[in-house]
Amino acid sequence: MSLLESLFIWPNRPLPSLLVLLVLLMPFLYAAREPMHALLRSMCRSIANPLRLGARWLADTGLRLRNRNREVLFAHGSHEVKLTIEREFEHVTMLVQRDLEGYPVLQRKLMDEITRIEEDYKKSGEVPPPPPEWVKAIEAIAKIKPSGDGVVERILSDIRDSLDEIYQKLVAEYRGAYQERHHILKGFLPFWRSVSQTLTQVDRNITSLQNSAAKIDANVLKLENIAARGNDAANVLATSATTQFFIAGLVMLIAFGGAYVNFKLIALPMSAMVGGGDYITESLQASEVAALVIILFETLMGLFLMETLRFTSLFPLGNITEKMRRRLMWASLTILLVLAGVEVALAVMRDMIIAADVALKQQLGAAAGAAKVESGWVTRIPTFGQMILGFTLPFALAFVAIPLEYFVNSGRTVVGAGLEMALRGLAFILRFAANLIRGAGKLAIMLYDVFIFVPLAIERGIVSYREGAARRNKLRPVPPLKRASGSEEVL
Amino acid sequence: MKAVSRLAALGVLLFIVACGPETNHNQAVYMLIDTSGTYARETGKAQQVVNYLLGSLNPGDALAVGRVKSRSFSEKDIVAKVSLGKDPLAANAQKRAFSEQISAFTKTTKDAKGSRYTDITGGMLQAAEFLNESQAGRKTIVIFSDMQEELDYKTVRDFPIRLDGIRVVALNVTKLETDNVDPRRYIDRLEWWERRARTAGASDWKVVNDMEHLDRIFKKKG
Repeated sequence: MSLLESLFIWPNRPLPSLLVLLVLLMPFLYAAREPMHALLRSMCRSIANPLRLGARWLADTGLRLRNRNREVLFAHGSHEVKLTIEREFEHVTMLVQRDLEGYPVLQRKLMDEITRIEEDYKKSGEVPPPPPEWVKAIEAIAKIKPSGDGVVERILSDIRDSLDEIYQKLVAEYRGAYQERHHILKGFLPFWRSVSQTLTQVDRNITSLQNSAAKIDANVLKLENIAARGNDAANVLATSATTQFFIAGLVMLIAFGGAYVNFKLIALPMSAMVGGGDYITESLQASEVAALVIILFETLMGLFLMETLRFTSLFPLGNITEKMRRRLMWASLTILLVLAGVEVALAVMRDMIIAADVALKQQLGAAAGAAKVESGWVTRIPTFGQMILGFTLPFALAFVAIPLEYFVNSGRTVVGAGLEMALRGLAFILRFAANLIRGAGKLAIMLYDVFIFVPLAIERGIVSYREGAARRNKLRPVPPLKRASGSEEVL
Repeated sequence: MKAVSRLAALGVLLFIVACGPETNHNQAVYMLIDTSGTYARETGKAQQVVNYLLGSLNPGDALAVGRVKSRSFSEKDIVAKVSLGKDPLAANAQKRAFSEQISAFTKTTKDAKGSRYTDITGGMLQAAEFLNESQAGRKTIVIFSDMQEELDYKTVRDFPIRLDGIRVVALNVTKLETDNVDPRRYIDRLEWWERRARTAGASDWKVVNDMEHLDRIFKKKG
């Protein structure tokens, strides 16, 4: 029997019992109305106020975090853009050094070629000298008609022959001269081609320079936007960081897949080196840990290699000398090579262990039904495959450094934004809860009043009666007070 | 810098893990082969079981094979024993040598006359001694017998034995002529051995009669 049931007057009739109980309790509840209201209000305040305080603190923290995130985002964005501009300037410098440095030589070559073309052109313009003046006189004599005089005819015939001879000679000279001019003009072609190529090269360089200049302009504009701390720039940078984060995450996931394959390749043969059957934890074998350590070392060496090659900037290597950087690079590359070599050896070892295991099982009869496999060069393919994988995977893992850097850099922005959102969400939940509690308090007070509606109705009746009486008293005319002097004065 | 701190954290984690309590994952198996009476003819099957056990053991594990005869509580009754090395290739060679030893044993036992009595308890005591000495994480006694113990009047075995933390697997428990007459004898016999093993502190008791599914030897109940 519950506590409530024990209070029932008629245990079998709960409703009338409850009603009687309520009627009995009503005067006490009415008497305790004010303190109960105060208690309920106080309770609600004591819960809601800390919640509101917490919500405000979270909102403020969220705002501070947002500002901080913006600062970081702008700093990172401007750093990135500056790096891009620097690279473009390097490109321009390289172009200028490579191409514009050679411009005097190029110009001289161009000028020489142009001069030569000009000279040749002039040469091609030279015409053969005109026939001598006496040719005209002879021509006039040649036009004399034959008169039948033998001497004259003979003279004329001689003159005609001489003229023909001179004419043929002149034509031959003329043709020769033209041939020579054609020859000179033909000699132009290589120079024209050379000039054309030189000018194309110049055009290409100038275009490349123009492109670089355009890129620099665009990046400078971007930098200006970032410096202006505008919302648009912040949105663009945040979007870019989110995209980078997910792409880098995806690439790293693929790399983890590669690392897992690598791990599987070397875990078994590592048991021959560090001992099989030794466990470090409940389920982690020593050989597996050793394989993991090798893979981690390879990744570490890859990180150093990428760092020293300036592909990444995860470590503060700016304060070391160029010589030291180069030494570090060679050291990490050598260690990586050694580890790759070890992996090749382990791949061979793995194959040997598996082969020995299969042979043993065949001998023990476990694989008696298995078909005998031919041992040709085809069966060695998996071994070669394992060896190649063992050698290449460490180098492939080295490139994880690049997505890792992007992941870390963009992760700061993404995690910061996520944290900010979480703080704001939490602040909203707390504020909502505080409001809910305040509302619940009000509801509880109203419910309390509902339970004691009878005394409250009586109270209201009495109050209204009193107010009515007071109003009636106010409306009744006040009788004038009589003074001793006999004059009447209304008070 | 962040990468360095992450690697350092991983190193610390590995260090903590390495310093934790070490669990012995090695297992030791002692197989008792009944060579008494007519059951001696079953040793061919025992060879198959030993080969299966060899195939399932890992580097670092231990295996011993002992025979059950009129009195079996003696080191002389250990037919062959091996503690596998940590190197997988070396372990393979050890397994091969062991298999050859057992092969030779089964050849001689198959044709020989079986012992008159069957001292399974003595063999179990010998097995428990070997397994406890091996300090393996998992200890198993495989009894290849019909579980019909017969002792001469001088041999005393009716005292409590200790098999703490040892799994006991009865293998190929064949039915006797008398079991065929009254199967309750067979059931009672197995129940008696189970009770005895559990009273002795055995962690598990199992009967495997299907020789095609020897993997059930190491399968946990449930």
